[in-house]
Amino acid sequence: MAASMTPMEDAIRTKVTAALAPSSLEIFNDSHKHSHHKAMQGTTSQETHFRVYITSEQFEGKRQPARHREVYTLLKDELAAQGGIHALQLRTKTPQEVAATEAK
Amino acid sequence: MNKIMLSRSGLSALAGQALRPYRNPLLSSRFAALQRAFISTETRKAIDSAVATAPVVLFMKGTPETPQCGFSRASIQILGLQGVNPQKFTAFNVLEDEELRAGIKEYSDWPTIPQLYVNKEFVGGTDIMMSMHQDGSLAKLLEEKGVLVEAEESDASSTSS
Repeated sequence: MAASMTPMEDAIRTKVTAALAPSSLEIFNDSHKHSHHKAMQGTTSQETHFRVYITSEQFEGKRQPARHREVYTLLKDELAAQGGIHALQLRTKTPQEVAATEAK
Repeated sequence: MNKIMLSRSGLSALAGQALRPYRNPLLSSRFAALQRAFISTETRKAIDSAVATAPVVLFMKGTPETPQCGFSRASIQILGLQGVNPQKFTAFNVLEDEELRAGIKEYSDWPTIPQLYVNKEFVGGTDIMMSMHQDGSLAKLLEEKGVLVEAEESDASSTSS
């Protein structure tokens, strides 16, 4: 099979799914919005800026920084790689929190 | 906002001495690893004092007047909307100091910038600031720590309008 066109997105999906068993996982590649920004000079990757919305039971009882750290740790290599993920926006909720927001 | 200049002088001066042996090409790789650990101790101390320069400290890209990144800009806007007292706030521009830029990520075990500290405690990045801004917990935290502009001033302005 040909190499994936979206290796970073694939890595996010695979790792987050395996580690957090999310009930909902949405990945948005916003890289095109930032391709002219100064820090992206010399970067050819089309996968530098991501927005990831994760809903998982496993966030229960954890504060937001702990949840974000968990995701950062999962994606440590992708964040550290030269030309890897430059920006990662996270929304980390439990199914209960999502239900509470929707009920409002 | 002249405090921003601290970032360069303060950290580079401290880290500079430790950096020199690391650049020596004659060092064995094993020794280089030891040097690296040493640098991070020096950097850690420098960041300890950076975090303690004001009750509210933001490590960002660019300056509050001219942020160099959309997330840093959003963080500054949130702190402004919250009414953080400028006299209790310091911003450090990580783009001016590579040692700080790399060091702060290790220091907080947080891979992205901006990073907000209140009373030396790590609070989070832009997403956390934004959700805390929306759910009211940021206002509560900043109020508890007494870092907002004096209440009388805002009362006065609201009665006059």
